[in-house]
Amino acid sequence: MKDIVLIVTAVVLSLAAAGAIYRIAVGPSLLDRVLAADVLLAILGAALAIDMAVNRHLNNLVLLVALSLIGFIGSVTVARFVADRRGQVNDS
Amino acid sequence: MTPNATGVDAAIDAVTAVLLIVGAIMSLGAAIGLLRFPDLMSRMHAATKPQVLGLFLVLAAIGLQMREWWVWPVLAVAWIFQLLTVPVSAHMVGRAGYRTRHLHPELLSVDELEAVVLRAAGQRAEEKAEGEPGMPRMRDGATPGPD
Repeated sequence: MKDIVLIVTAVVLSLAAAGAIYRIAVGPSLLDRVLAADVLLAILGAALAIDMAVNRHLNNLVLLVALSLIGFIGSVTVARFVADRRGQVNDS
Repeated sequence: MTPNATGVDAAIDAVTAVLLIVGAIMSLGAAIGLLRFPDLMSRMHAATKPQVLGLFLVLAAIGLQMREWWVWPVLAVAWIFQLLTVPVSAHMVGRAGYRTRHLHPELLSVDELEAVVLRAAGQRAEEKAEGEPGMPRMRDGATPGPD
């Protein structure tokens, strides 16, 4: 059971991470890349949580919370930066 | 997970396995949505699946496996923290996306923000026109000025 769960989730999460990385590389705009980076962060968090559930420990829980905080700060900062630059273009 | 589990252990392990796999499939769904959806707004719709529901499923699996009551409040705090931060960042990304025109207007059924933006732009043009009395008002609301 443990091996089956690990293999299935590893394959699924690897495919998901490949898709998110492809969108980061191709993404037509900066905001698409930010969004895909957020999804990649969520996938990493899911991998950490699956490790905790399968091996019965809580070592990664703080890392999980810190990861969501980093994603929040990063995406808000980049979105703010994009909006500011566009505003200056409109005003001139 | 316990190897060669029987009885209640086997049932809990089975539920945990289902939760973990569905939680992982949420991430896959977000990636497929990122690849296939046409513009930023619809991609944002897909991207929230692993952040909220996927995390909830996986955290529930952790709670089932640990089998100690004090784990649940800790997991709930982690999930509520995610619930608080995800809408704010989605709001900022969507706002920036609307302002920089990263959307297909023909795909929207209702654009409630457009009327507000037009009204605000008109008000700003009027204020600028009143601030410079010598300049003639432009016909289409454009701001008068040397450049």
